Amino acid sequence: MALIELVNLKKYFKVGSGYLHAVDGVSLKIDEGRTMGVVGESGCGKSTLGRLSLRLIEASAGEVLCRGEDILKFDARRMRELRREMQIIFQDPFSSLDPRMAVFDIISEPLVEYKACKNRKTLEETVIGLMETVGLAENYINAYPHEMDGGRRQRVGIARALALKPKFIVCDEPVSALDVSIQAQILNLLMDLQDAMGMAYMFITHDLSVVKHISTEIAVMYLGQCVETAATEELFQNPLHPYTRALLSAIPEPRIGKNRGKVIRGEVSDPIDPAPGCRFAPRCDFSSAACGGDIRLEEQRGGHFVACRLYQTK
Amino acid sequence: MGHLLEIKGLRVEYRSDESIVKAVNGVSFSLDKGTVIGLVGETGAGKTTTALGIMRLLPAMTGRITGGEIMFKGEDLLKKPPGDMRAVRGAMISMIFQDPMTSLNPVVSVGDQIRESLEIHSVDSRSGSAMDAKVDELLELVNIPSRRKKEYPHQFSGGMRQRVGIAMALACEPELLIADEPTTALDVTIQAQVLELMRGLKDKLETSMIMITHDLGVVAEICDRVAIMYAGEVVEQGSVRDIFESERHHPYTEGLFGAIPSLAAASRRLAPIDGLMPDPTDLPIGCKFAERCKYREAVCGHTAPGADAEGHAIACHRFAGKRHGAD
Repeated sequence: MALIELVNLKKYFKVGSGYLHAVDGVSLKIDEGRTMGVVGESGCGKSTLGRLSLRLIEASAGEVLCRGEDILKFDARRMRELRREMQIIFQDPFSSLDPRMAVFDIISEPLVEYKACKNRKTLEETVIGLMETVGLAENYINAYPHEMDGGRRQRVGIARALALKPKFIVCDEPVSALDVSIQAQILNLLMDLQDAMGMAYMFITHDLSVVKHISTEIAVMYLGQCVETAATEELFQNPLHPYTRALLSAIPEPRIGKNRGKVIRGEVSDPIDPAPGCRFAPRCDFSSAACGGDIRLEEQRGGHFVACRLYQTK
Repeated sequence: MGHLLEIKGLRVEYRSDESIVKAVNGVSFSLDKGTVIGLVGETGAGKTTTALGIMRLLPAMTGRITGGEIMFKGEDLLKKPPGDMRAVRGAMISMIFQDPMTSLNPVVSVGDQIRESLEIHSVDSRSGSAMDAKVDELLELVNIPSRRKKEYPHQFSGGMRQRVGIAMALACEPELLIADEPTTALDVTIQAQVLELMRGLKDKLETSMIMITHDLGVVAEICDRVAIMYAGEVVEQGSVRDIFESERHHPYTEGLFGAIPSLAAASRRLAPIDGLMPDPTDLPIGCKFAERCKYREAVCGHTAPGADAEGHAIACHRFAGKRHGAD
């Protein structure tokens, strides 16, 4: 049984002129110890999807199953218990830590909240242990966030997320705000932690090259929908959806003479009450009248799903 | 003579009550007509400060140029009085900023913003209608329909706003364009569109550019020459071929390439550079990278390596042929 399963999950936000379809019918499975990379450009609904799967915001429709149980039906008490097992690491280590709390207070807060440590001494030991796990020197224990650089702040955020030994962590662009040399340190740390503790990640990012390193499976999102999902190797070797291909060819590679494919034209269309059919069609070179019809994710071969008319069987 | 722009030993400091931040420490490079040089480095490497120094736009209260020369078409920009500099900015040298959301004026229509620099510099005392025609032409050049010139920045997407910024910078047909992370705030597909546009401009208008970026992928696409910056110094410079295909590299350049997540990479793990950039208020005497360098030797701790500003130059004691000793 999958650790986390999203079933036809939807989130619509009411705006002045209608409903903004932030997440529109996404289904995904994440197994224990695996990393699902969720990739897409700004506004595709990837952060909303992360928050929905932790029930930090309420879904408009659909289910979030944790070991087969729909957590959207849990009452407050059960939800509170479940939160121990589900954590999030935020993008911006500058704004996601309370500037008036020292490192010790930040990391110990979840432990205190859930009464995870018997006394002050074990609490201190646990916090120091967590700092060691994420590679933070012990002498930072009384430091405040503004006294640290971005990489160390992100390590504090990770230690806080690990405090209650969660089974599932949503990583929402955890390295986007960091410089490349620091980014590599944090990505390696996240991979090492997963090897040691076996938790599952939902890794949200706009950067396909980052996701290639850390993910075992990848879901590509466009305007609130998942357009393609497959194992990482398979997706990079055999991308099917025209949007996935466009994304791959748009990445500037650090070598010369890369034969860049065609640059896709246009921009993401309006997410407010979108027309039925494929949402990528206005920018797609292969679009035809049939793209206005009902297009769903269909399995092409072992675990490789794509939502595109070009591959539809009927 | 010969180079359009030649920077020699540029030094910039930021002073505050408590400390002096040495942001740029002896940067030298040159740029020829119609070519693009990439300034590459991480946060705090001094890329933007170098650019602001060239434009003489450093914050007046804190920023100071403490040494060096900026020769532009044979004249030292640092010796120009402020009034003369105003005639250079926007007309001969212009700049594209990183964030298209904040670098445009929200209460002025995009057409008027582009027109502003034409009016200020009134290069060839154009008539009003000639200026309107030029605004239309500039908008079309960056693929924005000219009928939208009466609209305001908030009515445009991020990619379009950045293209408006490019149109503004190009209004007076500058000979040098400084682009400070022009695509960093954009999505990859939009970034690809903007890069394609800039490459086209380079070919069509023969504008020289300084491309400031932290992304070696962007460099590979558009630059002819590359200068890698670290802690306010150029640690390596050369042609794109030297940087991407040569075997010889500064250890920092080597580290940067190892740390980039790449689509072509075979292994899952990345090779980060251990440690952090040195504190710019308290820089080491010797090589600034020594503390993080795996090839570190005794000499690195007390003598700063030097390098030329031509050809493929590496400021590292390992490549002793280029050594100039302490400065």
